[in-house]
Amino acid sequence: MQKTSDIGELQAIARRVRRHIVTMIGAAKSGHPGGSLSAVETLVTLYFDVMRHDPANPKWPERDRFILSKGHAAPVIYAVFAEAGYTPADSLNTLRSLGSIYQGHPDRRFIPAFEASTGSLGVGLSLGLGMAEAARLDKSPARVFVMLGDGEIQEGQIWEAAMYGGFHKVDNIVAIVDYNKIQLDGFVKDIMEVAPLADKWRSFGWNVIELDGHDIAALQQAFADAAAMKGKPTVLIANTIKGKGVSFMENNPKFHGVAPTKDEVEKALQEIGA
Amino acid sequence: MSVKEKFELKLGAATREAFGKALVELGKADSNVVVCDADLSKSTFTHLFAKEFPERFFSCGIAEANMVSIGAGLASSGKIAFVASFSAFVLNKGFEQLRVNVAYSQIPLKVVGTHSGISIGEDGPSQMSVEDLSLACSLAGFTVISPADEVATFELVKLAAYHDGPIFLRAGRVKVPAIYAPGQKFELGKAITLIEGKDITLISTGLMVAECIRAAAILEDEGVSAGVIDIHTIKPIDREAIANAAKNTGCIVVAEEHFTSCGLGVRVAQVVCETNPCVMEFHGMGDYYAESGTPEEVLVHYKMTGKDVAVTARKALARK
Ligand SMILES: Cc1ncc(C[n+]2csc(CCOP(=O)(O)OP(=O)(O)O)c2C)c(N)n1
Ligand SMILES: [Mg+2]
Repeated sequence: MQKTSDIGELQAIARRVRRHIVTMIGAAKSGHPGGSLSAVETLVTLYFDVMRHDPANPKWPERDRFILSKGHAAPVIYAVFAEAGYTPADSLNTLRSLGSIYQGHPDRRFIPAFEASTGSLGVGLSLGLGMAEAARLDKSPARVFVMLGDGEIQEGQIWEAAMYGGFHKVDNIVAIVDYNKIQLDGFVKDIMEVAPLADKWRSFGWNVIELDGHDIAALQQAFADAAAMKGKPTVLIANTIKGKGVSFMENNPKFHGVAPTKDEVEKALQEIGA
Repeated sequence: MSVKEKFELKLGAATREAFGKALVELGKADSNVVVCDADLSKSTFTHLFAKEFPERFFSCGIAEANMVSIGAGLASSGKIAFVASFSAFVLNKGFEQLRVNVAYSQIPLKVVGTHSGISIGEDGPSQMSVEDLSLACSLAGFTVISPADEVATFELVKLAAYHDGPIFLRAGRVKVPAIYAPGQKFELGKAITLIEGKDITLISTGLMVAECIRAAAILEDEGVSAGVIDIHTIKPIDREAIANAAKNTGCIVVAEEHFTSCGLGVRVAQVVCETNPCVMEFHGMGDYYAESGTPEEVLVHYKMTGKDVAVTARKALARK
């Protein structure tokens, strides 16, 4: 795997990841395109630039950890794993079928590169805190990144974890809230408003960085600032668009958990480009 | 009449859909009925109730534990309160709240878990619930219901609403074969003997009841008289029906879409041990989690078909 800080190169990887996402969910005829597409730039920036990891050695003890707490966005990390060389790209289209390593939600039994099997929302940040504490105990440089959904943070456990992170000054963890404003049944503001997000996290003792979650340069800067921040955990509030990159999926609650049809896949691939 | 003639097993609605429709009917008849949801209303079909009665629908967000306690508060204030989510989420996330705020406090909350078992398919084990009957049955005073088809669900939800005690009702994601004709009467705690058998009794619940009927048809072709009992109420369990089956056939197979270590089977075995000990076999999920696939693929892979139940039945008969 070739790491890069070049924005053009990272954008090209992001386009390939988007193509994989749409194609594999179309092939599976089920899955979650919206929240996969909104998280693309964050994951690409982490895996191809920011994180210290080695696809040839997924259990390297000093590796940085990533937890996809919003596990339903599995297709985005499958695409990133395939692009990074952790898993084969040619079987991505077996997504969600019996015997596939590409299970409906991240499953460590099938892909050892997963730090956690997820799919039940609300638990990933606590798990990440445990890993971050272990790293501090071991004097390991390992850092932990946890991606949360904006609907997911309605779970009470997220705020128990937030309180822990602030109180114990866990400064080797970074939470990313994929703030796409949509959850399963509709818009977050109509189901259970979570705003004001920055104020909430700040009051729990976190270093808060608000940014455009599709702006790779901004993401690079934010992760660098997070690494430099001592004595506080950092949360990135990544303002994103659910379904980003595919016009008819963008901001459309329908595409939270509905697969595109064959025609829609074609149309989406045209829009994303090569 | 042969088993095949008696049961056509035409595909009907999913039990979760029947649940949603029953809620609307209840809501129309009784303004005291209220419903709580945790961002899964389109999946649990509580969105039908939400549309009709928005002022009696409480959106709790993705926060199942909070929802259970809110539901308990509503129920303790005289409301006929339902809380619904995927079975895996409402029970696992809300268990402490169910134990202390509902069971221990004797609050008549109605808890509905949809997407139970492994037949949800593609989403995989994090959303499958193969321990929900165990969890629900361990809550003292709970009545635990697991309907087999659309008609059963519709009727049992209505009975559950007016039952003076806490309820857990297990529903499924996929369309299931129709077993009962409209108008069939149900009574909580009273099992339904669908087929009288002489040689063996297949005891089941939920979508496996239809598979037991299929197994009975296969066995019938082999000259074996297999009875089928639908245990739609797991707790309190119908001791009389089970004791009679043990006495009359001396051989029982329990089939369930659940861990066999802690589901319907062990509860039936307890009654059999205490009444008329006989040969038993347990058909269901072993000590492992399933995987993703289409519901059909998953059910076949984990041996949840009539054919597979017939294999287990032959094994039991050989031991008789
Ligand atoms: C504990 C739990 N409750 C409910 C669900 C069902 N569910 C899957 S995705 C989802 C909505 C998630 O919304 P959000 O966190 O905003 O994710 P995104 O918009 O990034 O897709 C829900 C309710 C779940 N997976 N886990
Ligand atoms: Mg969201």
